[in-house]
Amino acid sequence: MNGRRGGGSARGKSGAGSGKGDGQRRPMFRRRKVCKFCADKIDDINYKDTKLLMGFVPERAKILPRRISGTCALHQRKLRVAIMRARQLALLPYTAE
Amino acid sequence: MTRKYELVYIASPDATEEQLAELHGQVEAVVQRMGGQLEKTENWGRRRLAYEIGRHKEGVYVLDVINGSGDLMKEIERRLKVYDTVIRQLIVRVDEGERVVVQKRTRRTEVSRRRRVARGLPPDRQPGEGQRGEFEDERDDRFDAEDIR
Repeated sequence: MNGRRGGGSARGKSGAGSGKGDGQRRPMFRRRKVCKFCADKIDDINYKDTKLLMGFVPERAKILPRRISGTCALHQRKLRVAIMRARQLALLPYTAE
Repeated sequence: MTRKYELVYIASPDATEEQLAELHGQVEAVVQRMGGQLEKTENWGRRRLAYEIGRHKEGVYVLDVINGSGDLMKEIERRLKVYDTVIRQLIVRVDEGERVVVQKRTRRTEVSRRRRVARGLPPDRQPGEGQRGEFEDERDDRFDAEDIR
């Protein structure tokens, strides 16, 4: 609701750092990662919501790390608990075959 | 001390209607006897399991929301373990979590209302207000599960 979209469009950001040394190897565009749960205002990460959780367990069925999904620490913790519960109920796999 | 719990159990796919009814009756009876209250029951029906449990590939999921004490849940758990038609069960306490969620939500709406009023707007968002495409934006790439390499 409050101008968050402005921050989301970080595509053009790489232009600033391209002159410096850190941009030598990758003049690529890195989109800025934002916690899905903060952005979408999902308060309740529920173990029953398989559809939501599926997005955070790629093929190997491991939990997607924060550095890749961009989830914030608080929500990653809640996500982890939800995924573990869902696994107990065989709603999600522990591992892929 | 009464708390709110969610009980999910998975019954064997070859359980008959009577057996399922018996399980439900068993839960209900314990809840009744130990002064609890069965808030709701949801039958998710037959679902594929994400992995095999024993020899089963499918299961019948049942969710019960129960208000009661910890002892009550312990008793239910103990009883369900006895049945071999129950292949998996999970009990989770939910009252605390729900409280936090409600709190967060009300706080957020309050803050946004206050801010909107301070800006001289009506407290609630009007239809057609805000940036176009704010919802259901196809180009929204803030989070993208494909982007994991």
